[in-house]
Amino acid sequence: MTFNGILQIALFFGVLLLTVKPMGLFMARVFTGERTFLSPVFGPVERGLYRLFGVREDEDMKWTTYAFAMLAFSVMGLFLTYILLRLQGVLPLNPQGYGPKQMTPDLAFNTAVSFTTNTNWQSYAPDYTLSYFSNMVALAPHNWMSAATGIAVALALVRGFARRSAEGIGNFWVDATRAILYVLLPISLFYALILVQQGVPQNFAEYTKAATLEGASQTIGQGPVASQEAIKMLGTNGGGFFNANSAHPYENPTPLTNFLEMLSIFLIPAALTYTFGKMVGNVRQGWALLGAMSVMFLVGTFVCYGFEAAGNPQVQALGVPGGNYEGKEVRFGIANSALFAAITTAASCGAVNSMHDSFTPIGGLIPLFNIMSGEVIFGGVGAGLYGMLMFAILAVFIAGLMVGRTPEYLGKKIEQYEVKMAMLATLVLAASILGGTALGANLNLPKEPESTFATKLNQFPGTAYGSSSDTFYGATYNNVNNSGPHGLTEILYAYTSATGNNGSAFAGITANTPFYNVTLGLAMLIGRFLMIIPLLAIAGSLAAKKLVPASAGTFPTDTGTFVLLLIGVVLIVGALTYLPALALGPIVEQFQMSGGKLF
Amino acid sequence: MATVLDKPSSPVTPPSAGGGRGGQFRPKNAPSSLFDPKIIKRAVLESFVKLDPRTVAKNPVMFVVEVGSVLTTFYWVRELVTKTGNPLFTGQVALWLWFTVLFANFAEAMAEGRGKAQADSLRKAKTQSTARRLVGNKEESVPGTALRKDDLIVCEAGEVIAGDGVVVEGIASVDESAITGESAPVIRESGGDRDAVTGGTKVLSDRIVIRITANPGESFLDRMISLVEGAKRQKTPNEIALSILLAGLTVIFLLAVVTLLPYAVYSVRAAGSGVAPSVTVLVALLVCLIPTTIGGLLSAIGIAGMDRVMQHNVLAMSGKAVEAAGDVNTLLLDKTGTITLGNRQAAEFLPLPGVTVEELANAAQLSSLADETPEGRSIVVLAKEKYGLRGRELAAHEAEFIPFTAQTRMSGVNIDGMEVRKGATDSVKKFVQEKGGRIPTELDEITTRIASAGGTPLAVSLNDKVLGIIYLKDVVKGGMRERFDALRAMGIKTVMITGDNPLTAKAIADEAGVDDFLAQATPEDKMALIKKEQAGGKLVAMTGDGTNDAPALAQADVGVAMNSGTQAAKEAGNMVDLDSNPTKLIEVVEIGKQLLMTRGALTTFSIANDVAKYFAIIPAMFLATYAELGSINFLKLGPGGTSSSAESAILACVIFNALIIIALIPLALRGIAYKPISAAATLRRNLLIYGFGGLVAPFPAIWIIDRFLVLLRLA
Repeated sequence: MTFNGILQIALFFGVLLLTVKPMGLFMARVFTGERTFLSPVFGPVERGLYRLFGVREDEDMKWTTYAFAMLAFSVMGLFLTYILLRLQGVLPLNPQGYGPKQMTPDLAFNTAVSFTTNTNWQSYAPDYTLSYFSNMVALAPHNWMSAATGIAVALALVRGFARRSAEGIGNFWVDATRAILYVLLPISLFYALILVQQGVPQNFAEYTKAATLEGASQTIGQGPVASQEAIKMLGTNGGGFFNANSAHPYENPTPLTNFLEMLSIFLIPAALTYTFGKMVGNVRQGWALLGAMSVMFLVGTFVCYGFEAAGNPQVQALGVPGGNYEGKEVRFGIANSALFAAITTAASCGAVNSMHDSFTPIGGLIPLFNIMSGEVIFGGVGAGLYGMLMFAILAVFIAGLMVGRTPEYLGKKIEQYEVKMAMLATLVLAASILGGTALGANLNLPKEPESTFATKLNQFPGTAYGSSSDTFYGATYNNVNNSGPHGLTEILYAYTSATGNNGSAFAGITANTPFYNVTLGLAMLIGRFLMIIPLLAIAGSLAAKKLVPASAGTFPTDTGTFVLLLIGVVLIVGALTYLPALALGPIVEQFQMSGGKLF
Repeated sequence: MATVLDKPSSPVTPPSAGGGRGGQFRPKNAPSSLFDPKIIKRAVLESFVKLDPRTVAKNPVMFVVEVGSVLTTFYWVRELVTKTGNPLFTGQVALWLWFTVLFANFAEAMAEGRGKAQADSLRKAKTQSTARRLVGNKEESVPGTALRKDDLIVCEAGEVIAGDGVVVEGIASVDESAITGESAPVIRESGGDRDAVTGGTKVLSDRIVIRITANPGESFLDRMISLVEGAKRQKTPNEIALSILLAGLTVIFLLAVVTLLPYAVYSVRAAGSGVAPSVTVLVALLVCLIPTTIGGLLSAIGIAGMDRVMQHNVLAMSGKAVEAAGDVNTLLLDKTGTITLGNRQAAEFLPLPGVTVEELANAAQLSSLADETPEGRSIVVLAKEKYGLRGRELAAHEAEFIPFTAQTRMSGVNIDGMEVRKGATDSVKKFVQEKGGRIPTELDEITTRIASAGGTPLAVSLNDKVLGIIYLKDVVKGGMRERFDALRAMGIKTVMITGDNPLTAKAIADEAGVDDFLAQATPEDKMALIKKEQAGGKLVAMTGDGTNDAPALAQADVGVAMNSGTQAAKEAGNMVDLDSNPTKLIEVVEIGKQLLMTRGALTTFSIANDVAKYFAIIPAMFLATYAELGSINFLKLGPGGTSSSAESAILACVIFNALIIIALIPLALRGIAYKPISAAATLRRNLLIYGFGGLVAPFPAIWIIDRFLVLLRLA
């Protein structure tokens, strides 16, 4: 670790903290329907939209109605995207002529699910698979819609705490509309313009053919990159315009864009904690959640940075000094790559500016564990807050009994129903990650004839993602580029990323096969909706409860003790669930590396 | 005001006034110790009976352990028969898994033990008594079990009352020790608030006619037996929520262990060495990880909590009520008998101008010599202690005592031609004026001053002259302020309920240190206050005894009825205090809190333990596959460490897991240490002991067990 690297991480975090209060306050005003400086501009648009779609702004939804609206919205988007992706061959803005050959049914399913669930896992290389139309019409809207959905669900849960003896938890359509109009849209507009100024392309041009210095010909992708880049980060989507994602110079050309991209990932998740505190009437409660997130984030970041900076002893033995530069853009360096990796996985963004697969084993464990924590270390827009609130409920329940009262969080009694729902969500996520990995690590799918099967095993595609024409059968664990524990980590990371709706790839796994497309698609659906629905149920149940006034006998949830407890519960639940898998993956690999064994 | 009695002469000091805890109200019909050898013997037997899968299935965590025991036993037998594998290891795992289930059963049986023994002795009270049923004017002898609601029975001295009922005729002293353990007889009479009798108690004197109020099987004694025995014990809301959490964790660990096998298969294939773990090893790992400690002790904690309430001679109708007591935000306490001693005490003599205090004290004492009320006695004592006036032998004089009547509102004595009176100021004024005496203006001043300070003024006159005022004061029980401070620290608000006027009420409230008071309270006011508090999300506890308390008792979240109270009150409340001591509500609240704390502490401890178990087992398990995992093998168990195989490490964890249940039984039954401090402080303290302690403690314990196993060549 260098002083400069530490300084950069500190600078990033300092600037982030400065944005929390103003941004959080602004969102609190927006979502409680107060006037803001943007109301004169977007107010008429908002009301116009409600009239157009017949939304009654003052209609208060029960949790079931809210969940139904959210599901209907998502499922419609899912189907529409699937159809558009499959039909991209006959649709406009397709200069490269990509069609259904590139976008197979399983890939279209996986992709549609991926963007609907705010995961933005890409089993494909977008620049070799998607038309501009697919990018802009089929996929880009989800960057807005899925982010708005996340924010809406978080708000519903916050209202569950804030309201007393209430039937409803808000109006999904109003929440989602406001999230897009007042929060995502204005920031993205402004942000995209800065990106264009910094050199990010925004065009519909054909790919550029260039000759390299060696005389080989190179195809350089083009397109409306800046507009997608902005919402990709701000909405913690992470689906890159290019395969190389934010490592690509067109997506992330300068140190300034790199800084802004990192900041924009955390901007909304961090500020939502303040919005939460404001809405429940005690901003300290919000700071406590932010405190827990910050500690876990910073510890993770420095562990990751430390191991990356320490590098690989085997490489150093060959006379190459310094840290681990494998898979990193030299222009970003180790500190900014480690920081970006920690941010993108802590928040369920999934954009990358370096290849996590190439990190040292423990350096790669941090991104993996960040996702395994349940995406609560800042987390996705909205998703981070509702996930952390779920852990807060569990923490309060487990330890809250120790103060000799029925556990309460923010004056709401945590009882059977809440515990049941929170456990359901925790359990389903664990099942998806552990079960998926168990399948991926051992399944042997019959079908292909012996001869071609054998040859295919030895012919992995040149790029990590392969091309859409690859349909592998046979042993699913042979789809990984690396053997040994590193291979297990690659599979584990894929299911973790999908279930956590992160979308970053550890890379090194050829996921564009029917098996992986379908199972990862299911993992994304489970991770998104089987988390949201129980949480909305909790929101409904909490809203209906009375508020128990706080007293000296109340478990305090805005103190350092609670922050530590919350961290403890997140870490212990994560560790107890995943330690066996991690021990056989990155942990043993780290020791093997020290012992001279590489994969 | 300066002269306050520091030693109340009245002996009416209820047992709990000093705030003592720890079983000094133990019912005399129960075994004294939690660990009575008789109880232990019975519990050992019970733990085997409880192995019945239908019983164990009620507890998902222990059910998983039992399934694991069956499974490993099966593998053990198979290994023995086929002479494969390692039957010594498998057999030991199976044995310890069975022990784990047995230990949990034993904990539950121990918790039930004292209640069961108590139920046995209660059953003895329920002898097959015969009753003298009144039909018309004739009596007929019927067995007690034949009595139905609204039958009339006659009971005379020496007879056992055959069923619960209400005295409709007569007055009698009754020995209720069979129920309450208190040997002093109580008076039961028709009309008023002392008309309820309980089946199984014994009439000591006189004759009463009782209208039966409960059918056989529904009597108080029946209910009491089933309650102390825990026969109809239902899980409380918090217990259910906790069970759900534990079941959820169990499923998560099941997933982690089940998926570990495919990961192991992958790893063995990738590394080309070692073997995938056997079913026995996986079962052992699973049992170590699932929260068996709290799972095994959960029901014991609940039963023991109920039992502790019972040891205070309070009969809780449900565990839910005890749990609710821990959650209480507001305590409604009756002033008289709870906060103050039952009676007022003379605190000071205030003479009018021109009268010496000795003269006043002398007259006051004379007027009270024949007054047997506690107030009267306290006046005599005060005069004696402060002014050295000894009680005189009145027989030598010609004395005529004037008793107190509701009409005159005075009492006194005519002695040696002197007419001494004491009574309400107005009455004494009238009496003196009739005699042609003059009333000094200071009299009213003093009267008002005393009333506003919360006292009761008693005027004293001699012939046609008012001498002064006796200041009668409500005496706040010793130690009450400290208890209210403790309650406040725990976030509980205390509200004093009194029929006094607001001025008096405020003075006493200030002195006792309660947070609030409700003066001139009618039953309706009390009800309204409860509803108001509840509307604000608060839980309210109260005590009551009269029939007009019944609606409020039913409305309160925790309603403690006095056993001396009416049937209506006893049925409305969810607890009955057999000692009829309203102060005990505070102890019930503390037990409720302690119960919840114990559950939370053991849950935290149980979960924290898992970290150590992982570090003991996982590295040892895979050392053969990945020798590099030795680096996180902190305990150095397994190959390359303490023994040649991973088996000692696994076995050590399983044994630790079983023994910790036994080790924690005393804690589960007694409850964790409880201090009246704020929630924040309690949390810090308990997190440190049970959270951090739970993380650290298993490491040395498992290491030691492992060393023993290796030493004894058991693994």
